[in-house]
Amino acid sequence: MTALSGTGALIRLVLRRDRVRIPVWVLGIAGTVLGSVSSFPAAYSDAASRQARAALMNNPATVIMTGPGYGLDHYTFGAMTANEMGGLTAVASALMSILLVVRHTRAEEESGRGDLVRAAVVGRHAATTAALVVVLGANVLLGAVIAAGLPTVLPALGAAGSLLFGASVTAVGAVFTGVAAVTAQVMEHSRAATGSAGALLATAFALRAAGDLGDGTLSWLSPIGWAQATRAYVDGRWWPLLPACALTALAVAAAYALRARRDEGAGLVRTRSARTSASARLNGAFGLALRLQRGLLAGWVLGFVVFGLFIGSMADQAASFVAENEMARRFFTRLGAGAATDALLATYMSLMAMVGTGYALQAVSLPRSEETAGHVEPLLGGTPLNRPRWLVGHLAATLLGSVLVVGLAGASAGLMFAATTGDVTAAAPVLLGALAHLPAVWVLVGVAVALFGLAPAAGGLVWAALAGVVFVGTFGPLLRLPEWVSNLSPFAHTPRLPGAEFTTTPLVVLTVLAVGLMVVGTTAFSRRDVG
Amino acid sequence: MPTTTTDESTAIAVSGLTKHYGRSRALDGLDLGVRTGEVHGFLGPNGAGKTTTIRILLGLLRADSGSAHLLGGDPWRDATSLHHRLAYVPGDVTLWPTLSGGEVIDLLGRLRGGIDPRRRAELLDRFDLDPGKKARTYSKGNRQKVGLVAALASDVELLVLDEPTSGLDPLMEEAFRECVREERRSGRTVLLSSHVLAEVEALCDRVTIVRDGRTVESGTLSELRHLTRTSISAELAGTGDGLAELSGVHDLSVDGDHVSCEVDSSALDAVLRQLGSIGVRSLTSRPPTLEELFLKHYEQSDGDRAVTR
Ligand SMILES: Nc1ncnc2c1ncn2[C@@H]1O[C@H](COP(=O)(O)OP(=O)(O)OP(=O)(O)O)[C@@H](O)[C@H]1O
Ligand SMILES: [Mg+2]
Repeated sequence: MTALSGTGALIRLVLRRDRVRIPVWVLGIAGTVLGSVSSFPAAYSDAASRQARAALMNNPATVIMTGPGYGLDHYTFGAMTANEMGGLTAVASALMSILLVVRHTRAEEESGRGDLVRAAVVGRHAATTAALVVVLGANVLLGAVIAAGLPTVLPALGAAGSLLFGASVTAVGAVFTGVAAVTAQVMEHSRAATGSAGALLATAFALRAAGDLGDGTLSWLSPIGWAQATRAYVDGRWWPLLPACALTALAVAAAYALRARRDEGAGLVRTRSARTSASARLNGAFGLALRLQRGLLAGWVLGFVVFGLFIGSMADQAASFVAENEMARRFFTRLGAGAATDALLATYMSLMAMVGTGYALQAVSLPRSEETAGHVEPLLGGTPLNRPRWLVGHLAATLLGSVLVVGLAGASAGLMFAATTGDVTAAAPVLLGALAHLPAVWVLVGVAVALFGLAPAAGGLVWAALAGVVFVGTFGPLLRLPEWVSNLSPFAHTPRLPGAEFTTTPLVVLTVLAVGLMVVGTTAFSRRDVG
Repeated sequence: MPTTTTDESTAIAVSGLTKHYGRSRALDGLDLGVRTGEVHGFLGPNGAGKTTTIRILLGLLRADSGSAHLLGGDPWRDATSLHHRLAYVPGDVTLWPTLSGGEVIDLLGRLRGGIDPRRRAELLDRFDLDPGKKARTYSKGNRQKVGLVAALASDVELLVLDEPTSGLDPLMEEAFRECVREERRSGRTVLLSSHVLAEVEALCDRVTIVRDGRTVESGTLSELRHLTRTSISAELAGTGDGLAELSGVHDLSVDGDHVSCEVDSSALDAVLRQLGSIGVRSLTSRPPTLEELFLKHYEQSDGDRAVTR
């Protein structure tokens, strides 16, 4: 038996398990890109309207969200596609890759099914190889669909540029396929493997944002920066994809080397010896829920505090960007002094809250995974703990966690901003800007709870809802979506602070909606079968 | 207090229970009666509906029809108050991988209103369990012990045990039996679902056998034996005439003065009288072994159920 025996059978197993999941990812991402691009001609009918859009690319908030901004003098549909769709499409392919790789490596091992498979004639590296082959294949498929689709939906986009655009999406996906293969070896638990790969993705995004706002050096440290450096449709450079290929190969080699050195089921990060009796805090539904999501929450808080500090320090840099950039200065003089930094901070608080919703949805998915893992049976079947109290325990932990994640990010951004500008009063509006998004976050938590009660098997839909919310939040203005579509997102109704006026009515309405959804979910859960 | 619908002497009263999972039928009119203070065996082949019944009794599932009463209350409606008075061990104790065994035991105990530290320590000792390991590092048997210690450490009226000893080694199996005997001595009721017949024989006062979601037999072990056949083989003074005519005699083989047959308990008297009239030189009779008894109930098809009814 070689280390690769059985890889073929495992590839078929992975394909069988993901015969719906992979097409949904690929069509979801490619469909979003193609659908968005196909609406360009209607939204921007002449060159003047495109140039007006190009002027917006001088807004630091936009630069951070999208990319370096090239080809702005003659802003074609191609330049528009590459500049404004490229970065986030790459992030989407990276997310797909991380989730799929961990699902088929560490999560499988953790479940104990790994042993069953390994005991058959299956080599040590077969599972890793099967996951890599399938996920890399999915990325190639994604790139190909995008490359073939773009000229089809919008003939103005040339085939060569589209091919390069598709290839750069594939390249970023491939890099994070390798990254996730490594974190899946290092971490003992799948959630930690996903989380640490996700943190690396966030770092890659932050590096290119900082680089694009500055002189561009930092962008060269980021795979997303490499993808954007291809300048598809404008300069058409292939060579920036070389470092992506090299990093992918390096990461894959590292994953194999790590796999060869460890035991089945073990991680490289050792688990500490455990306590023999429970601490006083582990005394009920809330204590248990907090305990179960302790690592998850700590990871998000840490990541978001770093993120907040980064944003806080960046905001000041944005002011100097405006000062140096002729077009940006003209753009912002209309809006008044300080508007650039305010807009940047407000945009960032909003983005941060949307991404932070990812924490809240992970945390609120615990009840379902507890149920399917069989952990609730001894609790709800064998102790006086009743269903509403159990679920409310998880909800309370999630809501508290969301306040911590979003609030601490806002506080660290505000304090950092206050420190760099020397204006102590600047901190509070930033923090308020972050906290104002919490009711919107809770609405999505409410949707998750309602699904848990009414249709537990369809719980994943709430992630699609979050993807939709992020999509209209980031691409809504670019695509000039009708107002009612944008208004479907709860985040469209929160006051954008600092800068805008603070209003409580939408916050109250969103909170009431969130609570209503949670009550519906809890009631439905109390009435259905468990398990 | 939940409304009392059955008298004090009945711990569990289930009748005509049905339950479908989607379109597949798991329970089809199941009956189960457990008296207060007894250890009741709950038996049946794989997929018979034992776990489903137990999950209904615990208020985790809602029955489609039929009635179920537990400690005088409704298991679905009064779940919270009833769960103060019972403890449960599933057949496959799945634990939170990041919690230690000790933490799980404490958590479950606290949810039930507190745990006696002396009893906890004693049980940990008896089951030879190290509480200071993360649950994911426990072996199958040790996971099971965590569930057993958590349940046995609580002061409750009813223990619901669904294949509680799966994965235990013989030494621990003995420790478990001793614990159940103590529980019965202190007046507790135990519902024990098990595939370990020796365990059932050693512990249970009465048993209920289910198959295909229906109850096929219920009673004490000796009553159950009574309902089945005894093997008889004899050397006779003459030829074994007249036996074939008796009802309740099966698999008769007559070989000169040697006869052997299987006899229904109801026909035993008549057969012995007939043999006596011929003249008996030697006789051996063997009651069915427990295995034979159960295999018979497990295997029998719908058509020949009437035989034992
Ligand atoms: N969640 C479920 N969904 C669908 N069918 C189920 C589910 N749980 C049990 N069943 C079916 O219900 C029937 C009864 O199952 P149950 O688990 O109650 O059997 P059991 O008597 O406990 O068996 P065993 O001795 O193997 O534990 C089986 O046919 C089983 O396949
Ligand atoms: Mg069972």
